[in-house]
Amino acid sequence: MGLTFAEKVLSRKAYQEVHAGDCVIVDVDVMMASDTTGPIAIKAFESMGGKQLFHKDRTVFILDHATPCPNERIAALHKLIREFCGEQKCVFFDQNHGVCHQVMLEKGLVHEGDLVLGGDSHTCSYGSVGAFSTGVGSTELGGAMLTGKTWLMVPQTTRIELSGKLPEGVYAKDVVLKIIGDLTSDGVTYKSVEFAGDGFARFTQEEATTVCNMTIEMGGKNGVFLSALTDPGLMPDKDAVYEQVLYYDASEMVPMVSCPHTVDNVKPVTEAGPEKVDLVYIGSCTNGRLSDLQVVAQILKGKHIAPSVRLLVCPASNQVLMQAIEHGYIQTILEAGGTISTPGCSLCVGTLGGVPGDGENVLSTTNRNFKGRMGNSKANVFLSSPATAASSAITGVLTDPREVIQR
Amino acid sequence: MSKALVYGDNINTDLVIAGKYTKTLNFEELAAHCMEDLDPQFSCRVKPGDVLVAGRNFGCGSSREQAPLAIKYAGISAVLAQSFARIFYRNAINVGVPALICNTSSIQDGDEIEVDMTQGIVTVNKTRKIKCQSLSPIMQSILSAGGLVPFLKEKGDFVLD
Repeated sequence: MGLTFAEKVLSRKAYQEVHAGDCVIVDVDVMMASDTTGPIAIKAFESMGGKQLFHKDRTVFILDHATPCPNERIAALHKLIREFCGEQKCVFFDQNHGVCHQVMLEKGLVHEGDLVLGGDSHTCSYGSVGAFSTGVGSTELGGAMLTGKTWLMVPQTTRIELSGKLPEGVYAKDVVLKIIGDLTSDGVTYKSVEFAGDGFARFTQEEATTVCNMTIEMGGKNGVFLSALTDPGLMPDKDAVYEQVLYYDASEMVPMVSCPHTVDNVKPVTEAGPEKVDLVYIGSCTNGRLSDLQVVAQILKGKHIAPSVRLLVCPASNQVLMQAIEHGYIQTILEAGGTISTPGCSLCVGTLGGVPGDGENVLSTTNRNFKGRMGNSKANVFLSSPATAASSAITGVLTDPREVIQR
Repeated sequence: MSKALVYGDNINTDLVIAGKYTKTLNFEELAAHCMEDLDPQFSCRVKPGDVLVAGRNFGCGSSREQAPLAIKYAGISAVLAQSFARIFYRNAINVGVPALICNTSSIQDGDEIEVDMTQGIVTVNKTRKIKCQSLSPIMQSILSAGGLVPFLKEKGDFVLD
């Protein structure tokens, strides 16, 4: 019987051949925590009797969820993390880097075939470089920091094949939103997802990261792009056993939007109605990379946002920000009436960075539109691609980017 | 006497505890805001030992362990749902909150609930019995230790019994 990617990686990490349904103890290669999950992970590690990290060179703390620090309470938590990292001599990125997942990939801290545990649900992003990466809570991370291990149930796998090429104005985000709408928010709960086919193989690593990032929004444990795999020992076998195989045709894809208040409430932009848009947010580990800002700048070039709209752009990292400055994208966004935020999670998690008012509609390139997500439970959050977001910032209503691009 | 506090499907961790409240090590503060955006009366309604009951996919979304911690410090003794999102499921067990999968469709808000952890049986209003899906052996060991901290403090490493 052939093995899936998940079974192959976990067999290596468990030092025995394992199959879906097995409960195994596995070696963890890389551990990451943010300022939301880090403090409790540190307390758990210490309460477990931890004195020294099992892998100090592969334990990473990144301040991103509430940066720059908005108040004294969070300042105390940031300080706790800084001091712990100083004592342990582990890997630490302060507020001058960016969103944890972008930083992990930029700094080359994740490799093909690695088993990565991150104290953030979007840790599943690293399937774009061929890692088996999954989100965990703080205490579990504390356990891995102590032992270098965790336990896992070997997941069944859903394989999603995309064939063909995307039409103009349609992006990776539209594809993953379409899939989430079809599968729903618990469609692949506990399962691993393999993204396969020539359509996904055409995606750049940045686009692959957008897709893998949102595997958690269908309930998945991890997602992996098969096109990222170079090690034949990790490639799923031809006779691997899948829980289900789904097929999509890229040429049939259209711009999609997730409507309030669940990610799986997905419609084509043209069917979501002429919703007014008060605030447009472009950023996050899903869609705040250089290629995203390039698309946004191309759409905004020589235009101005609608007077009724606030446009907030938050590059995913300082590196992205510097490159976007070099390419002139930031200049274009500012000239079009946008506001640039400090790289980090910013408004995506509603702790700071432009919280919306009661009854306002936000169009965001992030990954979640749950009620209250952006700090106000009386606001409505819609999710889309950067192209749809930029186009809607110009018109002031939810707009199919193909209408603006063709003008 | 434990009462059921009943909610629907797909209750995400942002609804259990909003992101703006998660940055704290004072877990009583989390409890004060538990379920706030879904049920503003939750913190007044909940009594120590009460049982939180939900439908499908409870705890979807963020990895924030502050969600099961908010529930625990609010006094909830167990969470019953038809299914759990995987990170929440692990987190709940890791902080010592029983998360049990069973058919919750007939449980009404305010019903009297008794949970027999050893048998995996939920008794509703002293009469109706509902069988829970059993936890995996390692999850049972972690839960009976009181969570992952006491489990690893005692064993020093992950072990499969």
